[in-house]
Amino acid sequence: MDQMSQLLKLLEKTDSIEINEFRMDFDELELQIMPAVQRAMRKSKELQEKTILEASKFVPPLETYPGKVEEVQLGHGKRKSVYLGGQTALYRFEEPQPNPPVVTFDVFDIPMPGLPRPIREHFDDVMEHPGDWAKKAVKDFGANMVTIHLIGTGPKVMDKTPRQAAQDIEEVLQAVDVPLVIGGSGDPKKDPIILEAAAQAAEDERCLLASANLDLDYKRVAKAAVDYNHAVLSWAITDVNMQKVLNRYLMKEGLTQNDIVMDPTTCALGYGIEFSIDVITRTRLGALKGDTELQMPMSSGTTNAWGSREAWMKNDAWGPTEYRGPIWETITGLTMMLCGVDIFMMLHPTSVKILTEIGNTFTQEYLSTELTDLSEWITELEN
Amino acid sequence: MDYRAGELKGGIKLRATVMDIYRLLPKTNCGKCGEASCMAFATKLNEKEVEPIQCTQMAEKEREKVEDAIAPAVREVVIGTGDKAITIGGDEVMYRYELTFYNPTALVIEVSDDLSEEEFDAKVKTIENIEFERTGELLKLSAIAVRNKSGDVEKFAKATEKVKNSKLPLVLCSFNPDAMKAALEIVGDQRPLIYGATEYNLENMADLALEYKCPITLFVPHDLEKMKELSYNLRSEGINDIVLDPGTYVREGTGDTLDEFIMIRRLAVEKGDPDFRFPIMGVPAVHWIYESGLGTMVDKGIREAVTAAKLMNSYADILIMHGTEIWELIPVLTLRQGLYTDPRKPQAVDPGLYTFGELDENTPVLLTTNFSLTFYTVEGDLKSGDANCYLLVLDTDGRAVDVSVAGNQFTGKAVADLIKESGIEDKVSHRKLIIPGLGAPVSGDIEDESGWEVAVGPRDSSQAPDYLNKIKEEAK
Repeated sequence: MDQMSQLLKLLEKTDSIEINEFRMDFDELELQIMPAVQRAMRKSKELQEKTILEASKFVPPLETYPGKVEEVQLGHGKRKSVYLGGQTALYRFEEPQPNPPVVTFDVFDIPMPGLPRPIREHFDDVMEHPGDWAKKAVKDFGANMVTIHLIGTGPKVMDKTPRQAAQDIEEVLQAVDVPLVIGGSGDPKKDPIILEAAAQAAEDERCLLASANLDLDYKRVAKAAVDYNHAVLSWAITDVNMQKVLNRYLMKEGLTQNDIVMDPTTCALGYGIEFSIDVITRTRLGALKGDTELQMPMSSGTTNAWGSREAWMKNDAWGPTEYRGPIWETITGLTMMLCGVDIFMMLHPTSVKILTEIGNTFTQEYLSTELTDLSEWITELEN
Repeated sequence: MDYRAGELKGGIKLRATVMDIYRLLPKTNCGKCGEASCMAFATKLNEKEVEPIQCTQMAEKEREKVEDAIAPAVREVVIGTGDKAITIGGDEVMYRYELTFYNPTALVIEVSDDLSEEEFDAKVKTIENIEFERTGELLKLSAIAVRNKSGDVEKFAKATEKVKNSKLPLVLCSFNPDAMKAALEIVGDQRPLIYGATEYNLENMADLALEYKCPITLFVPHDLEKMKELSYNLRSEGINDIVLDPGTYVREGTGDTLDEFIMIRRLAVEKGDPDFRFPIMGVPAVHWIYESGLGTMVDKGIREAVTAAKLMNSYADILIMHGTEIWELIPVLTLRQGLYTDPRKPQAVDPGLYTFGELDENTPVLLTTNFSLTFYTVEGDLKSGDANCYLLVLDTDGRAVDVSVAGNQFTGKAVADLIKESGIEDKVSHRKLIIPGLGAPVSGDIEDESGWEVAVGPRDSSQAPDYLNKIKEEAK
């Protein structure tokens, strides 16, 4: 070791050396040189410590939670299955969520001429048939699920019968192998009847019946779900207590935490999204804290974003709606996703793509992804 | 039952109570601050309604103690001076509903020092002039970032010189201390935000921050342990106006960046870690590195807007962006407006009768709800469309039309009562009410209860002036 130091010292003022008749074992070389390297490293560390003071130790701020979100299975039998929920922590760095957020594409039982142009242009060719429409959403745009809205059953729309509704459901079930969300027309008197007929037509397929709420005969919707093996969307209007009451009522009808998905209401970006943020955050915190009436996955009617004038209204001063619409829908959904929402009802392929990409990172461990080098962004950014 | 996150915090108390503050005051109840007692003053200090300096009876040392006691979990950092100063940070909570979020996220657009003179000037002008009005508020950008893309000291100084007289405050972006010094020689008295100190230039940048008394950004990508170390080091040198940039990773890196933003804020708010009690910076502009050659300008703009929204939702206090397209900025400005409204203030306007333009007994009568977002939107549309009409505003406890229809605040009975109480029946000779499109489900109910004829108007009030014109034409 001393010889090595002397040698290194000798070499300090030397630019180059010539070695004659040199022979050394490899092991020996390693053994001899290590202490010198270690010393050199220690020295450089000492230098650094002079300038960089040592802070108290960094400890990741992890919490433990007494409660967890239950898992809900959609799709059953030959149909592909999708699982929602299952979170045991609030944030990914505490525990990644077991299931990624899911997007379900909106499909309608009538051609829907009122849909905004940026959406219509993707589906114009299939709007006559809900089965074709659903197929395109799955095949061309990678939908994990499809929502069939039975808008045509509305008494003021086409007043389709429960039998016709059942036929539409059968058409979509045959066209795709992903799970379905089945929505009514929003008519509180007719929806329970329609959902019951649809539930029967889709027996044992584990669809999500949308929705049960306090303004309609939720018992009938719950019974249809229990009888024909489906889950129920429990819809409350930005009110945690209303949500708890409705969930409690639904569980009295025989549904369990594993059969309920909550819709705490998505107010669109610019139209009260902050109320949804507050309610959804409180709901998820309640679940993790152990409130059994809130331990279900959550859903977002993200398509509400398209009702915002900034998304659809032609106005040259605001730029093209082709860009505004998808951004509005994406940001509305994304904001809800960051509050813990598990399933998103959406319309535009671009919005779905971006949201899915972000959502897929939610199941990965912190520090498990290879990241690009950002250190020179100031010079590397385009002009 | 209350679901405040506080109950999860394991009993860590960060904020001083009113009693803690009171103990630090003179307790003389002299009244010179304008409050009846020191206790009243302490209460207002706690609510941030008064400033410690309003108490003239404290020595500077005592006042510092009070300031310490009421300091927010996240330090407030001022960028710029005088009229063009902005403040970032200041937050106390993890969740908006627990209190409110303070100081809206600063939206900054960068300008490269490598642009031609015309391009540079044009971009600066665009940034200064972008505005978007919604619900009675004018939304604008917050600052300009000069970016040392060229890597050249002279060019950076020259570019800085050009924005010296801008009406917006400045962020100076260079990792080269010589370039930073050259720029600070020009605008150092304007309190620009220095960007940034890294582990490689920390000493030199820290010296500049001290010399020019400017706030400084720590850029430590993807390494919170090192960030803590460097933050501690800056603080040890007496630097307290610090902004933290843990790096903005996008696409598959999104999850790690979200984790890091949230960890920093939780360490500040729930753990009181002094090395992290600073505003956080995000740089959505990085989409213009990642996707060079990929995607179009439009894709990048869409993704940049989405990243800005994502980080703003995850505690970003300042964002540096690249794009200036209005369609990209409108959603980001809108989200900021929503996130930073104070949830403690009622989101309702006074119900009753409002008037627009010239009125007579044939003037049409419209109806909306008293949710402030709804009301200001309708009001803005009626004004910009030069409409002549009455507007009845229904008390729905500040709920929007569709929400109050579903929640049974918007009912035939409630509308009938409003018609009676408002005295509108003495003002017009007709009995015809135009309700919002989303109120259609209760139209029959209103007719039954009030005896008025109900017409269902457009779903969106932007169409209301056209609708009124059409009725007028038809009446002729």
